[in-house]
Amino acid sequence: MEVTTTWYLVLAAALFTTGTVGVLIRRNPLVLFMCVELMLNAVTLTFVAFGSALGGLSGQMAVFFALVVAAAEVVIGLAIIVAIARRHPTTAIDDFSTLRG
Amino acid sequence: MMEVTVFIICSVIVLSGALGVLIARNPVHAALFLVETLFGIAVLFIMLDATFLAAVQVVVYAGAIVILFLFVIMLLGVDKAEDLGIEPISGQRPLTIIIGTSILGLVLTTLLISVNGPTGTLAPTPEPTTNTKNLGEMLFTDHLFAVELTALLLTVAVVGAVSLARRIKGPLQPLPIVEAVSDEEIEVQETKDVE
Repeated sequence: MEVTTTWYLVLAAALFTTGTVGVLIRRNPLVLFMCVELMLNAVTLTFVAFGSALGGLSGQMAVFFALVVAAAEVVIGLAIIVAIARRHPTTAIDDFSTLRG
Repeated sequence: MMEVTVFIICSVIVLSGALGVLIARNPVHAALFLVETLFGIAVLFIMLDATFLAAVQVVVYAGAIVILFLFVIMLLGVDKAEDLGIEPISGQRPLTIIIGTSILGLVLTTLLISVNGPTGTLAPTPEPTTNTKNLGEMLFTDHLFAVELTALLLTVAVVGAVSLARRIKGPLQPLPIVEAVSDEEIEVQETKDVE
């Protein structure tokens, strides 16, 4: 028995689904962000697995940029959470409805 | 056989960490479970000959992003346990289970039926020992424009974060939406919180 790309893809699918379910059921915005990180990691795993299967480094290159975007997203998201938590001490995701125009 | 064992152990680590993030009541515990998942993925990256990415995964994700999460959790003081028994929208959880299994089913079906290509053994990446060198060369030749755009993105993110989290001088202006809520409702909310 040998580890093939399909194994990695199945694992990534399971991880992505866990992240999606987390985004749907959790109410703490910080935990929501962590679940988004889980989904991003599932996708990076897919990129690396496909890149490794096809040979070459293009898949790993894509992961680099995904990593940078994830970092930027977390920074902005946490800044928004901090700004909102100043006005609503009990930070739940429902408070974010005040973001609408 | 060795590879299979490592893969299975890593899968268990990754998935248990992910489940931990999902069901942890305390955000701090969720962040620590996230570290567990990230480490499992780093080991999988090593198995896929992406050695540099494994290091970056540990340094950037576990070292920077999770620390940022923990920092904000401590700063806001929201590290109290969340009551997971409350279902804010009725029928949310059963619906989520249905949606979750549908997504998993969709992805797995697409994967196992239509992806007929890379199901064989893995092709070796060119010279795994010079992974970092190859990545660096590729990054600054083929993807130079993307690197420049990334720099711009990071600058925008930093400026945006600073301007968003800046403390405004003087008393905070109440948000218009808060004014619309009557005082009685706020009091009811507060008594609920106390209980």
